[in-house]
Amino acid sequence: MDFHSPRTWADALALKAEHPEAVPIAGGTDVMVELNFNRHRPPALIDISAVPELAQWDRADGHLRVGAGVSYTRLVRELGPRLPGLAMAARTVGSPQIRNRGTVGGNLGSASPAGDAHPPLLAGRASVELASVRGTRLVPVEEFFTGPKRSVLAADELISAFVVRPAPGPEQFCKVGTRNAMVIAVASFAISLDPEHGRVGTGIGSAAPTPRRAAGAEELLEAELSAAGMWERPRPLPDGLLHRFAELVTSAASPIDDVRGSAAYRRHALAIMARRALSWAWADLMRNGNAPCN
Amino acid sequence: MQLRLEVNGVPYETDDVWEGESLLYVLRERLGLWGSKNACEQGECGSCSVLLDGELVCSCLVAAGQAQGRHVVTVEGLGRDGRMSAVQEAFLEAGAVQCGFCTPGLVVATEDLLRHNPAPSDVEIREALAGNLCRCTGYEKVLDAVRAAAGTSR
Ligand SMILES: Cc1cc2nc3c(=O)[nH]c(=O)nc-3n(C[C@H](O)[C@H](O)[C@H](O)COP(=O)(O)OP(=O)(O)OC[C@H]3O[C@@H](n4cnc5c(N)ncnc54)[C@H](O)[C@@H]3O)c2cc1C
Ligand code: FES
Ligand code: FES
Repeated sequence: MDFHSPRTWADALALKAEHPEAVPIAGGTDVMVELNFNRHRPPALIDISAVPELAQWDRADGHLRVGAGVSYTRLVRELGPRLPGLAMAARTVGSPQIRNRGTVGGNLGSASPAGDAHPPLLAGRASVELASVRGTRLVPVEEFFTGPKRSVLAADELISAFVVRPAPGPEQFCKVGTRNAMVIAVASFAISLDPEHGRVGTGIGSAAPTPRRAAGAEELLEAELSAAGMWERPRPLPDGLLHRFAELVTSAASPIDDVRGSAAYRRHALAIMARRALSWAWADLMRNGNAPCN
Repeated sequence: MQLRLEVNGVPYETDDVWEGESLLYVLRERLGLWGSKNACEQGECGSCSVLLDGELVCSCLVAAGQAQGRHVVTVEGLGRDGRMSAVQEAFLEAGAVQCGFCTPGLVVATEDLLRHNPAPSDVEIREALAGNLCRCTGYEKVLDAVRAAAGTSR
């Protein structure tokens, strides 16, 4: 097996173009499990963990551009207040050991329907930046996943970053599993509220072949809240609205029975998480007015 | 491949390393440092925990090649002059060691916790040690040990 250790982004892209079959390794928290159990012996590894460009984040035209190699630990520490939903999700990933190594780039690269970064990225309408020697393209997260563990990432491409607006308002993330730590989600849900523009973002995890939005639920909430003038003057949400929102979130999912949970349980859990996440986010909004947090 | 790294302040060089093997395998099978334990090889148990350039990681999830030129601290490197560290003493005193298989990982994780947070609350201790499994103690004595170590290192 070949082991490539590029020290610059240009070298990493050149190596991936030259060896499209080589597997990139960042934090290794997915790749090494495969290797240790002999599930997969790639012909080559490209270690991108020492490429400085991937470990950086910065701000540009009102957006954050976060390098694919920023670890969950750093995300929580350095970007927590700007990306509260993603930071909440990052806090639930594995253990301190896993969060020190694991990256959002690796989460996207694995493209598991249960990846915890995905629902908040969907809710925040983030884009994934993909790069190759051919050039760079920006793909909305919603279009990134094509199936379980499959994405639009081409063989010669690497994920360079994700691009997202700092949270325009309250965000929440909920996840159910068998215990509080070290758990792959049985189902998860993220919400992001944008009071200034009257927009709602959602993301569902572990309850469909890919992470996905609940577009119907977003539209319902946007329509009802603006009709009632509730964005300008937040009042407690009517129970009926919470209920219909949860129903539309559940109907956007298409869960299956597997070792971690049944489809029926996932639907049930999703409805409860959708209700809770929305109530908590709305309570934040009522407390803080509609001041954007950044 | 040839691998050079520093473990507990000592430079090592080892040949014929398979690029895809783990840092844990290198430590145990090539360098004879058996302190770090291998129980799951999938990041679940934390018994292989080491500090890689000062950061707490599962050495079973670090590819050998990723450790090239890096500094590793294992449980063997925590004591000074043949004496155990305060954390190790506290584990022994508190009876937090039964079969001892999880102990190296717990001790390294505790060292890391106390370096960042010298006076952790119980919740913070639980959070910090959530990635370390113990099949014997039921964790109560482990919590006692961490509290005691935090007391002595304050
Ligand atoms: C004990 C344990 C607990 C876990 N708990 C959780 C959890 O709670 N939630 C969760 O979501 N995940 C969890 N995971 C899975 C894993 O930690 C995450 O998916 C993590 O985000 C992977 O990041 P990494 O940098 O370690 O990826 P790696 O293992 O390095 O790579 C993962 C995949 O992405 C590809 N890749 C990595 N970086 C790039 C890039 N820049 N461009 C293109 N491809 C790339 C790799 O080739 C590989 O296919 C857990 C794993 C373990 C071992
Ligand atoms: S052996 Fe590494 S975490 Fe279990
Ligand atoms: S003392 Fe036996 S596993 Fe912890």
